[in-house]
Amino acid sequence: MCLAIPAKVVEISKGKEGTRAKAKADFGGVSRESDISLVDAKIDDYVIVHAGFAIEIMDEHEAKETLELWRELLE
Amino acid sequence: MMFRYRNEVLAKERLEKLKDLNLNLRLMHVCGTHQDTLVKFGLNSMLKEAGIEVRPGPGCPVCVTTAKEIEEAIILARKGKVVATFGDMFRVPGERLSLADVRAEGFDVRMVYSITDCISIAEKTNKEVVFFSIGFETTAPTTASVILTRPKNFSILSAHRLIPPAMEALIKMGEMKIDGFINPGHVSTIIGERAYEFISKRYKIPQVIAGFEPLDVLIGVYMLAMQIIRGETRVENEYKRVVKPEGNEKAQHTLGEVFEPTECSWRGFPAISDSGLKLRGEFEEYDARKRYEDELSTVDIDYKEPEGCRCGKILRGLVYPDECPLFGKVCTPQHPVGACMVSREGSCNITFRYGER
Repeated sequence: MCLAIPAKVVEISKGKEGTRAKAKADFGGVSRESDISLVDAKIDDYVIVHAGFAIEIMDEHEAKETLELWRELLE
Repeated sequence: MMFRYRNEVLAKERLEKLKDLNLNLRLMHVCGTHQDTLVKFGLNSMLKEAGIEVRPGPGCPVCVTTAKEIEEAIILARKGKVVATFGDMFRVPGERLSLADVRAEGFDVRMVYSITDCISIAEKTNKEVVFFSIGFETTAPTTASVILTRPKNFSILSAHRLIPPAMEALIKMGEMKIDGFINPGHVSTIIGERAYEFISKRYKIPQVIAGFEPLDVLIGVYMLAMQIIRGETRVENEYKRVVKPEGNEKAQHTLGEVFEPTECSWRGFPAISDSGLKLRGEFEEYDARKRYEDELSTVDIDYKEPEGCRCGKILRGLVYPDECPLFGKVCTPQHPVGACMVSREGSCNITFRYGER
């Protein structure tokens, strides 16, 4: 249920005032509209999408840090 | 990038380290997706060899939804409302029937991927549309965000629940000693690290927020083991690439604007205070329980689990699915008796699919 998957924001639709913030997000080749009203996403951000909503912007620096930490564990 | 998070050499090395430590621990997670990772990649059996048992707790929102809530959704469908919900909820039996059965009777029950699909349905019909909204803190802000737009001919039957109060309830029930919690990555994405701190402080239990790749979970277990060795009891975060210490404040704000905590029953548990979410007074018109109060007043069931079904004990982490006498015999994903066999995140369904605990 709480499954959420990363996707890259490729287009943000401006829409009329009062309408919800939406973005076209690329899920590794498949593009789908996602609601971005719960985050402040920009084009090229990687977002974590759950039930049609981006719930967080992925931190690229932390993603690299995690891999770095794991590499260190191996040494 | 995903495959860089699946390093077999590193996994083996950490498992060896854990084996050497010979700790004999019982950990618990509260997330169906963690259970899927633990079983699918064989982590549970490997960890068991290292003396570490990871038990699933009440981490599947579909499984902890009560028969009474399902009966409410069934009544609304039979009274001519369009009832929409997530796919996993569709086949979970209430007192006797599921929403799928009610659709087979000819009533309008829809499966949706997102609450926004439900709004699209409401825009195209004059009928009243009710969203049976299940899910933990991960999902509740999406519901709140839609309610804020005040959609027409639309209401929700809230079955949203909060994870930290359930974790505390489990500890207080004291049925089993838990040495540490693996906390759910995407619930934590919303609520952050701090929301769990009271548990570590009050009950001296270490916690680690973990992601969903096999290495995320394994490193999470390792971090818990390290805390236990050092005698620490705090909240650590393995899933920093997504979970911020403060969580998603915008989502928390949206959630708080629309919902307030309320006492809530969970399948297998007594009522847990402040563990459910109900709409605040100013959004009352979107609350199906208020809007259809008369129609729902007939729901008064004294539900008992089907004879032999151990869903309640499974959700409290006390027994494993294959210890239930119905498992794989009369209860299968095709013909589920209990809720834990229906959802793909239910422990019984996962054990059945992969043939392992």
